[in-house]
Amino acid sequence: MIEFHLDARSGVSPYLQLVHQVRHALRLGLLDEGDQLPTVKQVVGRLAINPNTVLKAYRELEHEGLVSARPGVGTFVTKTLSDDSLAAHGPLRRELQRWLTKARRAGLDDESIEALFGDTFRTAALEVVA
Amino acid sequence: MSSVLEADGLGRRYGRRWALRDCTLDIPAGRVVALVGPNGAGKTTLLHLAVGLLEPTTGTIGVLGEKVSDTPAQLGRVGFVAQETPVYPALSVADHLRLGAHLNPGWDDRVAQERMQQLQLDPSQRAGSLSGGQRAQLALALAVAKRPKLLLLDEPVASLDPLARREFLQGLMEIASEQEVSVILSSHLVADLERVCDYLVLLTASRIQLAGEVEELLATHRRLIGPRRDIDSLPAGQQVIEASHTDRQSTLLVHTEEPIHDPAWAVEEVSVEDLVLAYMRQGTAAQRDPSPVWGVKR
Repeated sequence: MIEFHLDARSGVSPYLQLVHQVRHALRLGLLDEGDQLPTVKQVVGRLAINPNTVLKAYRELEHEGLVSARPGVGTFVTKTLSDDSLAAHGPLRRELQRWLTKARRAGLDDESIEALFGDTFRTAALEVVA
Repeated sequence: MSSVLEADGLGRRYGRRWALRDCTLDIPAGRVVALVGPNGAGKTTLLHLAVGLLEPTTGTIGVLGEKVSDTPAQLGRVGFVAQETPVYPALSVADHLRLGAHLNPGWDDRVAQERMQQLQLDPSQRAGSLSGGQRAQLALALAVAKRPKLLLLDEPVASLDPLARREFLQGLMEIASEQEVSVILSSHLVADLERVCDYLVLLTASRIQLAGEVEELLATHRRLIGPRRDIDSLPAGQQVIEASHTDRQSTLLVHTEEPIHDPAWAVEEVSVEDLVLAYMRQGTAAQRDPSPVWGVKR
């Protein structure tokens, strides 16, 4: 079971934050087919948010075909996003860690690292499209 | 049943002072409503009118599809937690539950016991020695154990510390997720309620400034930032709620049903708190300068 959290300063609406966290967990293999999401009562009892916010997030995930609600039982994961690429995550993460160490050694601070990564990521994405 | 609270031209006067005027509202069922406004804006008056503790001076008010009355049938369907969450200091927690069970025909002891278990209150403890947070939780438990269809809470978290405030709202949201109950809670601080409410009613200077579904309100308001310009030059559909200008720049908060196409503006979404503050300032300004008749040019 995963546990949700909310970032009040992110500017992202609470319902979308919940959706993102489930997708994130699916992608990283933290959630798998058949796993149950926390019940609405559990989520609102922890985060003190409106129950409709949770329902909306779960409906959106259901619409995307990622989960399915079983009335009176709960909401369950029906699809995984972590396909075959999950095995490659480990080595890729290690390469990224080495890259980060190099960047720090070269004197880049957190903000510069994020900017460089974001910029390279976007340029590469554009090249793929082109 | 479609609406839980309907008011039409509702007003209440104390002597010469209007505590509430021209209040017209139609709040749909199943919402958690934030009733927000500065102290003295009329929030408590509106809640007291809704539970029949006050009579209207003008207009009408109804709850759960019926005119407000003090019949046992209606009292049984409306739960009310007054400001400062009053309890009987000399009575124990268990006494309060016994009293609740005795006085309310629809009393659901299972709900009461479940709340008590979660709160881990000692049944023999006198209510007078409870902490502010525990007292608020006891008052909430009493109000929900009668299984109301509408639950009204007047500033329930105002006097609580941040932790107790959070615990109270957690408990309240659990109840909202489990029971078919509509909730109206007031606060002078919108930040407390921003995440729990899906409907907003803003009172300023005895009048309703804004009322509606939070999602819709957020979708129809935008902040526009751009080169300085005259607000009269905006398209007809854009209603300016608040404007500030420097010699080069204008920052506006506008209400609009249409998307903003003008490329001169940087368009930003607004938060509930931004909205409330802008409308509150608008309402307070209108109060200071009540009518253009007084606007003598000098």
